[in-house]
Amino acid sequence: MAKLAVAVATISLVVLGFSSALSAQGEGQAVIGQLRVEDDTGERVPVEGVTVSIDGQGEAVTDADGQWSIPVDAAGTYIVTVEIETLPDGVSLRDADRASLEVLVEAGQDKRALFALISGTVEDAAAAVAESAEGQGISGRRVAQLSVEGLKQGLYLAMAAIGLSLIFGTTGLVNFAHAELVTWGQLSTFFFNYYGLAGFIGFLAPLPPPFGDGVNLIFAAVLGMISGGLMGYALDRGLFRSMRRSGVSLIAQMVITIGLSILLRYLFLYNFGGNPRFFRNYSAQTAMSIGPIEITPKDLIATGISIVVLLLVGGLLQLTRIGKAMRAVADNRDLAESSGIDVQRVISVVWIAGGALAALGGVFFGLDQIKWDFGFRILLLIFASVTLGGLGTAYGALVGAIVVGLVINLSTLFIDAELKNMVALLVLVLILLFRPQGILGQTERVG
Amino acid sequence: MIFAIDWDIIFTQVFSQAFGTQAMVFALAAIGLNIHYGYTGLLNFGQVGFMAAGAYGVGMSVLWLDIGFWAGIGVGILFCLGLALLLGIPTLRLRADYLGITTIAASETIRLFVRWRGNRERTGGAEGLNDFADTFFDLNVFTRPGNVPYRFLVFEYRADDLWVMLVGWTVVGLCLLLTWQLMRSPWGRVLKAIREDEDAARALGKNAYSYKLQALAIGGVIGGLGGMLQAIDKQSVQPDTYNPVITFMIWTVLIIGGAARVWSPVIGAMIFWGLISGLEALMRELIDSSLDDFLARFLNLDVGNVSQVRFMVFGLVLMLLMRYRPQGIFGSREEMALDDR
Repeated sequence: MAKLAVAVATISLVVLGFSSALSAQGEGQAVIGQLRVEDDTGERVPVEGVTVSIDGQGEAVTDADGQWSIPVDAAGTYIVTVEIETLPDGVSLRDADRASLEVLVEAGQDKRALFALISGTVEDAAAAVAESAEGQGISGRRVAQLSVEGLKQGLYLAMAAIGLSLIFGTTGLVNFAHAELVTWGQLSTFFFNYYGLAGFIGFLAPLPPPFGDGVNLIFAAVLGMISGGLMGYALDRGLFRSMRRSGVSLIAQMVITIGLSILLRYLFLYNFGGNPRFFRNYSAQTAMSIGPIEITPKDLIATGISIVVLLLVGGLLQLTRIGKAMRAVADNRDLAESSGIDVQRVISVVWIAGGALAALGGVFFGLDQIKWDFGFRILLLIFASVTLGGLGTAYGALVGAIVVGLVINLSTLFIDAELKNMVALLVLVLILLFRPQGILGQTERVG
Repeated sequence: MIFAIDWDIIFTQVFSQAFGTQAMVFALAAIGLNIHYGYTGLLNFGQVGFMAAGAYGVGMSVLWLDIGFWAGIGVGILFCLGLALLLGIPTLRLRADYLGITTIAASETIRLFVRWRGNRERTGGAEGLNDFADTFFDLNVFTRPGNVPYRFLVFEYRADDLWVMLVGWTVVGLCLLLTWQLMRSPWGRVLKAIREDEDAARALGKNAYSYKLQALAIGGVIGGLGGMLQAIDKQSVQPDTYNPVITFMIWTVLIIGGAARVWSPVIGAMIFWGLISGLEALMRELIDSSLDDFLARFLNLDVGNVSQVRFMVFGLVLMLLMRYRPQGIFGSREEMALDDR
């Protein structure tokens, strides 16, 4: 009881330490949104320079990313209006009578308002919709672009999935809080990027970076990985080790990870705020063209780094003693223990590596945007990856993640992009029904 | 008191919420979950999906199918039965943790599906459906206008809320009666046998699969009734309300009371909502008092984020409960369905 309390208190205090750095930011509530329009290639491009207003509260003009934000004084219902005259030529509202939307804003939480835009006029859009309903979208160019997106997303997902899979393999625990390790990676890197260690320990502020001030994103990401590893270690040492020793059932432990994920997630919301944020460096980049595909330099580099990291992880698992021990324990814990492997140590290493990898995955995803609940939003994708590949194997998680990434992105050739996460969930359900051990897992009784 | 806190407001919140509509809705959802998990041992992490099925059944019937409120109740129940079949037939053979993951995936799929803009005409998309329960409120026996609450000791409610509570708690009572009778019957005993040792139950010739499906259906319909009453109470159905955090609040409610006891969902719901509301009221009072500077500076606590504390507390409570008192207040350790894997 005392250890649990200490662990929770420590984690809470560290995260609460964010408060001092953040007290000037991220409070109150606002109505926010992003205006984008689909151009003739099917790409969603941001629309800049459009005025959005709320009577009595203020107005905003969309920036280069199409984002706008109007802070409001208090929770309540507001009417947000797009000023049609400020829309650029060739762009119009999909429903002309929906220029105004009523939104209910809750205290402390931003509310997103969605204005649907189309290029050309409504009639043009109707024709385009009719066309796309006939499968217009399957061009080689689109397939290539979506495949690259899918591969990229899959590689980032693999970072989180490997840790989850190995934790399950070595301890039997389905760790719902893994999502929060991903978010933790994003958030702590954000802090190192902007504030350095002073983000955690306020009085370090006068010192030079990385103690007193923010550091470059790359350095911050390394620090973020370290903090991810530490968080993983702390969770295992502080929470789960004593539970394993006391014989707490795995189902109970699983529900505890669910409670932990809720606690951490709202702790993050509490301190970080509901707004999405961006890293200090490399945030606004234009995509460059490589053959038929478009990709931003940061994404290209991140994809490259993730491939290198995954190769290193593979090397670790195959060639080092600790890696072999990890695979052994994940495969058959009792047998590994009886052959002299220190299972406790292996479990600790798995949690540290899992936490660090998840953190790195979080950073890569965070190149797009950073949010308090980001991890939770991809949790089911991570589960889909892990079960598809085989719960308990690291390589399975990698394969599963890449397949999930490709499948959900390529599925948008046939179905509405809004439903693509649903596809992952359906994949998850189908795998559990027909091949619960996944692609690389071994057949065992799962009923 | 030292910090000039108005305890009257806090106690009013505690008791009003403990008996109020939210507690009633969660009690119903937890009664359903009790049948699933407490009595049958099914790890249903998707109870919020059943609530959504019931709620959207009513809303869609009134606003899209245009068949009226009472038919809507029937449609809601049908949706729940359909969901139970859809969910149960493929998955009831799965091991506990896999069933848990699948049911969460299912409830999230429902949420994403009703949220989809392609369904905007039927389900209202991300904005949902509103104002479909006028038929219900027209029958209200409490006639004070909305802004004049009824007050009695520490209880304070508006006329609309009181009507929902009257109907709702009656439904709760009926469901409790149903649960009690079911679990005392031979049917209920088979469920408990399945929970304890499914292979043994099968060896005795019981079709475990069919019994589990029935339990899923009954528990699901009761959960759906909870969803319907919640939708009626708020006169609104929105997809993002039906998220997994709600499922786990229902779990916490069940576990607080103690699984596999007829009364425990009700007790758990009252304690849960009473305490959470009380805590929040207390924090709001503190923020209003002379402590507000201290709270803002050291804990970053102010009016804006006080509503988030309830979730942190809830997560912590769930962790502590499962670790130190998984049988809850009234349950017994022997009757728990937790696997010894």
